[in-house]
Amino acid sequence: MSDIIRRDPRAEWIARNRLHPLHAAMQPVQTSWMGPNGVMRKNVHGIGFIGPNGIKRIDRSGVQQGRTVKRSASVEVQLPLHRVAAPAFYIAVVPDMVGGRLSSHDRDLLGLAHGLAGQDGAVLAIVFGEHKETAFDTAGVDRLLVMEGIEFAGYCPEQRVQGLRAVDNQFDPRHWLLPDSRSGGGELGRRFAASIGERPATRVWQVKDEQATGRAGAGLEDLARPVSRLILPTAECAEPVSETRHEALLVELSTAIARSLPRIEDLGAVAVDPALIPMAEAEFVFSGGNGVKDWALFHRTAAALGATEGASRVAVDDGFMTRDRQVGASGTWVTARVYVAVGISGAIQHLQGIGACDKVVAINLDPTCDMIKRADLSVIGESAAILDALIEAVESYRNGAKRDAA
Amino acid sequence: MGRNAMQPDNKLPVDKSALHVISLVSIGAHPTSGRPRRAEQDARAVELGLQIAGDNLHVLHAGSAEEPALRAYLGMGLKELHVLEQPKDADALPGLADYIRESGVQLVLAGTQAETGEGSGMLPYLLAEKLGWPLVVGMAEVESMNNGTAQVLQALPRGQRRRLKVRLPFLATVDNAAPKPRQSAFGPAQRGTLDVEQIEVVIDELFTAAELTPAKPRPKRLKVIKAKSGADRMKAATAKASGGGGQVLKGVTAQEGAAAILKLLVEEGVVR
Ligand SMILES: Cc1cc2nc3c(=O)[nH]c(=O)nc-3n(C[C@H](O)[C@H](O)[C@H](O)COP(=O)(O)OP(=O)(O)OC[C@H]3O[C@@H](n4cnc5c(N)ncnc54)[C@H](O)[C@@H]3O)c2cc1C
Repeated sequence: MSDIIRRDPRAEWIARNRLHPLHAAMQPVQTSWMGPNGVMRKNVHGIGFIGPNGIKRIDRSGVQQGRTVKRSASVEVQLPLHRVAAPAFYIAVVPDMVGGRLSSHDRDLLGLAHGLAGQDGAVLAIVFGEHKETAFDTAGVDRLLVMEGIEFAGYCPEQRVQGLRAVDNQFDPRHWLLPDSRSGGGELGRRFAASIGERPATRVWQVKDEQATGRAGAGLEDLARPVSRLILPTAECAEPVSETRHEALLVELSTAIARSLPRIEDLGAVAVDPALIPMAEAEFVFSGGNGVKDWALFHRTAAALGATEGASRVAVDDGFMTRDRQVGASGTWVTARVYVAVGISGAIQHLQGIGACDKVVAINLDPTCDMIKRADLSVIGESAAILDALIEAVESYRNGAKRDAA
Repeated sequence: MGRNAMQPDNKLPVDKSALHVISLVSIGAHPTSGRPRRAEQDARAVELGLQIAGDNLHVLHAGSAEEPALRAYLGMGLKELHVLEQPKDADALPGLADYIRESGVQLVLAGTQAETGEGSGMLPYLLAEKLGWPLVVGMAEVESMNNGTAQVLQALPRGQRRRLKVRLPFLATVDNAAPKPRQSAFGPAQRGTLDVEQIEVVIDELFTAAELTPAKPRPKRLKVIKAKSGADRMKAATAKASGGGGQVLKGVTAQEGAAAILKLLVEEGVVR
């Protein structure tokens, strides 16, 4: 049954018009009523419904109550499945997978790849290391190749190039697509290009009629050229896939990947003072609002978590935070991957500023406020107590991690 | 500035074995007027080179020695600048690779991307491939250099840094995370010398098939709402707080709440 509520104005009009010949038929059937002597009367003929074979059925299980069907708020639409049984060729995409998930840039690339693959080709996505993505199918991935193993952990561009070369040998993709981004794709794509001796089309923002158009120089000029085998497109190069569902079948490499002797060794991330990172760029913002009563505790928590501090307008107006820390329509629009809102109600002016955030955590007393509706995880409670517990939890987590490492 | 201002200095052959660092420079273009200037990132490469090697920095340009903007690099306090003379559409790669291989340096610095021409940012990668050297992308700082290895900081997006250990000799690109370049002074710019060397010319065939046009403004992406019914469109247009599918922890102790938050932060990799 469709979820769309359909009204029948004519039937409603007949039901209101007592003079209409069909008036009685349009009245809601009454199954029980109080008789004139105070006795309950029942019309056993009025209950039940006519089943599919024309026989009257009475359902006493209680499922069929009245005519109203419970309507769910929204239904998951099953998109048509795009199946490529025997791919004539492959279009390889190497998504950035920032935080283990497809970014919007990655999705744009998959959209472009889907366009290049047409009906016969298959989009092959190559993912390094562990991932948390569950929606490869609706993003347009026909085949998925996951390269796992310790050699791909951390920063290992040279080893990844070896992995891509193995894919190149086995699948011989017609095109290679890597995001021209700062979060890995731009670098990996260029390394791979230099390694296989392919001239890439870089900063491509449009692929149309066998022509790839990209920005050149300092961005004041465009360079149009025949589509190359290796393409490094910018964000919004194409519309992401939205109308089809794909198989995302797992494929594997048949050959072992050559181990390159690492000439670059990753010694790990360096602790950067979070206060020095511009708030608009920060990856992790810890924001306080009117619900924060103990600001010293708030600063201590932010320091313990290693987060960049933000604030709502009320906290700024009250003088607890400086103006440059204000998040929202009249402050800074943040792009953090994780945003923690402590005692912020989620006024629309504030929510606008966190539109680009990926994961939102709310700590609030009021379970009905708008921030909770936006948040992926909300904890209802007194902020001071939760912040105290959070500091404790982080410290024991860090100590535990150190003990494990030792 | 004409030929007379330039003093090709062929009397003193440079002692290339004493070199430690080479910075590669190109001609930039002003972002609005398009006038030639020193390229922003290349100037940072020179600045970083000056900080690492001081007087042992060697600045190299492949292209025309006639370009007046080249002297802006000399104005940063360099005595001389080495030019591998070649026409505009020539491939800079072979000449640079030969020169670097012969020079015996431990570190070559370059900008991430040229401000004129194709600006694909491929040159450092191809150079590293050709030389067989490791390449560090987006180097912000050199912490130490000894025993044939260097410890450097790499700039990551969102202001983050990563520490890398890399074998010498290596190539590194710098971007806007590298130190800000010092100003170029007019006097030293005029006094500095240009050491010009003629090299074999290899023409780059890219621009026979492709052409540069003024950049077209890109259309803004519209929010397309694919709704089948008017009710859906209305809902999409008026939707406020999206979602509602989040997990809400109510009536839990502060410790349980904090543990749930920490779990999410660790999963997302923001708490290490
Ligand atoms: C033109 C205009 C522009 C604006 N621009 C911005 C902007 O850029 N940025 C911005 O942030 N605002 C902006 N505002 C203000 C905005 O409308 C809200 O007033 C403001 O965001 C509310 O801040 P708040 O959530 O911190 O405070 P409140 O709305 O007071 O919310 C406090 C929250 O804390 C909770 N709380 C209270 N005590 C505790 C406790 N002990 N523990 C846990 N939770 C607790 C409450 O339940 C409540 O949800 C703008 C307003 C206007 C008119």
